[in-house]
This record gives sequence, C-alpha cells and structure tokens, in this order.
Amino acid sequence: MIKFQDVSKTYPGGHLALEKVSFHIKKGELAFLTGHSGAGKSTLLKLISLMERPSAGSVAINGVDLSAIKQQQIPYVRRDIGIIFQNHRLLDRYSVFDNVALPLVIEGAHRKQIEKRVSAALEKVGLGDKARCNPLTLSGGEQQRVGIARAIVNSPPVLLADEPTGNLDPELSMEILKLFEDFNKHGTSVLIATHDLGLIARMKYRSLTLKNGRLLSDPLAPEARI
Amino acid sequence: MSLLFKGRKTEYQRTGHSFFTRWYFSLFNTIRQGIQSLGEMWRTPAASMMTILVLGLSLTLPSTLYLVVKNVQKVSSGFDNAAEISLFVKQEMSAQQVQTLVKRLALFSEVEDVRLISKTQALEEFKQVSGFANALDYLDANPLPDVVLVTPTERHRQPEAAKALLRKLQQEREVDFGKLDIEWLERLNAILNLLKESVITIAALLLTSVILIIGNTIRLSIMDKRSEIQVMKLVGATNGFIQAPFLWTGIWYGVVGGFVALICNLLMMWWLESAVAQVTGIYQSSFILQGLSADEFITLIGLAVILGFSGSYLSVRRYIKEIEPDKV
Repeated sequence: MIKFQDVSKTYPGGHLALEKVSFHIKKGELAFLTGHSGAGKSTLLKLISLMERPSAGSVAINGVDLSAIKQQQIPYVRRDIGIIFQNHRLLDRYSVFDNVALPLVIEGAHRKQIEKRVSAALEKVGLGDKARCNPLTLSGGEQQRVGIARAIVNSPPVLLADEPTGNLDPELSMEILKLFEDFNKHGTSVLIATHDLGLIARMKYRSLTLKNGRLLSDPLAPEARI
Repeated sequence: MSLLFKGRKTEYQRTGHSFFTRWYFSLFNTIRQGIQSLGEMWRTPAASMMTILVLGLSLTLPSTLYLVVKNVQKVSSGFDNAAEISLFVKQEMSAQQVQTLVKRLALFSEVEDVRLISKTQALEEFKQVSGFANALDYLDANPLPDVVLVTPTERHRQPEAAKALLRKLQQEREVDFGKLDIEWLERLNAILNLLKESVITIAALLLTSVILIIGNTIRLSIMDKRSEIQVMKLVGATNGFIQAPFLWTGIWYGVVGGFVALICNLLMMWWLESAVAQVTGIYQSSFILQGLSADEFITLIGLAVILGFSGSYLSVRRYIKEIEPDKV
C-alpha cells in the first residue's frame, strides 16, 4: 500500500532529511513511525502526501509510483490519503458538519450521500450531536476527532496521522488510537507518526524508527525489501 | 459494518464516472459555489460594498460621458439643414435664365431640394427684418441678387461632400458665388470627436484601474484564506475547485457594480433633465434627454462582469497556484 524504495530527500541548501529509506506497509496494516525531532518523520509524511518529491528512490501508494504523477494529478492522489494533523487544521468559518464534508464536496458527491457519510463519520468518532457546532467551541480532544472524521469520511485506503495525540491526555490518546485500530480492522492502512514511546509499547504494532534521516529499526525490514 | 467502509472505491473508480455524470457534478458544483460566494459577500458587507462602489462609480463616469456624446450627437443630427448651399445669381441674369438654373439644379443627383428666393422677395424680407423699410424705398434699383437655396441629399450633407458640391455648383455660368456655412458644424463635429476619444481614453484608464482594484481585493481575500486553501489542497481539492468561488466573487462584483453604475446614470439624468428642459424651452425645442437603451444596459452589465471576472482571474491564476501545503 505504501512502499518506499531507497528514498532520499535533500532540501535546497544541502540538508539531508532522509537517506535511502526503504519499507513497505501492506494493505490493512497499522504501523507507527517514531524518532526524535528532526529525524525525518515529517519529511516522510510529506513525501507520501506529495507535499515534497524525493531526491532519489521511489515512493508508491496503491501501486502508483508517485514520481510519475504530474502536478495536476496530485489532488486526485491525495483523495486516497486521509491526513490527520497534530493541530487539527479545522476551518473555523465552517461548522463541524461542513469541515467533515469537505473531502466529499471536493469529490463532487451528491448532497444526500454527503449527509449520510458525514453523519456516519461523526457517529463513528462520537460527535454525532456536534454537527452544527463551530469547531472553536469544541475541546481539543473533540477537535482532534473532527479532524479524524474528516480524514476518514471518504474512506481513503491510507490514513496518515502526524502526532495525533500530541496535545491530548493519556485517556483521550487511547480513545483516539482505538479509533485508528477500528479503521485498520476495516482494511485501512494506517501510519501514525509519534514520539510517544509509551503509547507505541502499549499498542504492540509494527514500529519504524528514524534517526538522522535513516531507518534505524523496522521489525519487518527484511520482507519489506523483497 | 459502518457505512464508511461499505462499497469503498478507489480513486480510479470514483473518477471513472461517465461524461454526463461528470458534467452534471461539475455544473452542480459550479452553481453551488456561485451561490456560496454570494453568501460570502453577504457575510463581509463592508469590504464587498467598497469594491462594488469602486467598480460602479468607475463605470459611471465613462457611461455618463458616453450619454453626453450620444445626446449631443442626437442634437447635432438635427442640424442637417446647416449644410444648405446658398447660390447668389449674377445680377445680369434674367428671370427666365434663373428659372432654367433652378430646373437644371433639381436634376443633380446630389441635390434633394432647390428653392428660389427672388431678388424682390429678398428685398421685401430685408425691409421687414432690418427696420430700414423707408430708407430702402429711396433706392433706384434692387441691389440684392436672386438666391437659389440648394439642399444636398443626406449623403452629401457631410462637410467634405457638401464642400465638393458647392465647388461643382459654383461652376454654373449663372452663379456669381456660393456659400456654405458649415464651419461651426465642423467645429462641433471636431469637439464631439475629441469628446469621444476622451471617453475612450478615460474609460480605458478607469477600467484598467478597476481590474487592478478587483484583482487586489481578491488577492487579499486569497491571502486571508491561505491556511484554508492549504487544507483544501491537502484533502484533494484541485486549483480549479479552489479558484471557482473567487471567480464567482469577481462576477458578482461585476453584476452588482453594473447596477450601481446604472442607478448613478439614472440619478444624473434625472438631475440634468430639468436643466435641459430649461435650455430647450428657451429654443422652443422638444428635445428629450436619452438614457441607456436596453442593449446599452446589457452591454454595461456585461462589461462590468468581464471586468470583475478578469480582475479576479488575474489574482487566482497567480496566487492560488503559489499556495501549497507546507506543513503536515
């Protein structure tokens, strides 16, 4: 589902953010991406979401080589990737419903379909009664769940989360992670970037560790390179 | 299983709709975005109103000047008789020779009408008008010549054609000399042409500034929604999808600005009407000030829409492409 093959990324100015990183996250797999600040986690997520292009190597999503993707095709590739941000990045001018509906509106979904799916997504994250609220009136945990609902509302096969529990207490963090587990059980490939090692230890999933742009450890690394 | 995970489709399946379905979705989205952008304008009334007023007032000036030119042209078209040629017949010509000249001139293709004012008629008229009736009685002979008034056909009333006809008529052996008093008409036409050119120049400058002002307003709006645009791009919005509401805003600015210009024009016409009535009353004329016709009104609105669209297009083309998500 997500395949990195000898991927390197050098930023203008010569900073080497990733060096020959290879791994393969299969369909329906959940994995953590960890490492200290500046290890290359954000760069790796940016490469998957096509915010950056690799300097060397190849990145493939759903079997599609992203290096062959033209600029005008990028939006369509991004529709297959649900992204959850640490700071939620909700649109304050819109209601919770409209925030969650955004990916469906962009796809040109029918109004009835939008209503059904947004309601289902909000129910899934436990915010069925908050649809008409403004995101600013919600707590941090609720805002994060709105962000999750937006990421899964169009059922993307890949879910990326960047420090999704960064600002939450342990109890809320576990709730959020259980949601990810649930999506994963329904076949969604999930990659969660976090530096919360306690969380990773409790969840018992595959963990990719980056250090100074190199993949330091990956339990499945030998298979991934096949 | 939740609805969210039922019937999951890949991007290819989602975009693999028929041409008709895609066309329907595209049309539906376009209309929806148009209505939404109208609502957006409603939510920011002060900023929207300022831009609309700038557009409306900028269109008012050239359209008012256009109306001035149009009305002056209407007035000057009533001065066709000014191109009348007076031919002064030689004193030695007999009445029969003068009649022959009149008949001959009437056959000219450039001539619409020929009228003779005999020397006797002219003297009588002069006596009545001048107030020297008694003095004129002491004259031994009538010093005035016979005058033939020639009205050219419509094609030959223009200054150059009328002058050419005058030269031709002066060649007639019975004619002493001819007169064509159209210098003032030439001057009026020259002033009108100058006014027309000025309207075009002023309109070009104003309309260019309108495009830039709308472009800048839209640019500020884009900058204000920078983070929103980044999020939209991250969830898969195309540049076209993001651009559409801004383009619609430009179009709405144009539509409402066009109506503002129309209202300003109507107000100015109403204001000028009494002054014009006063002037026409002095000249015992029934001239009515003409406003914009339906065609001209549609053209005004169309022009305003084109300006609004162009201004916003210049901004969205440049700035929306530049905004890219920079942080996951």
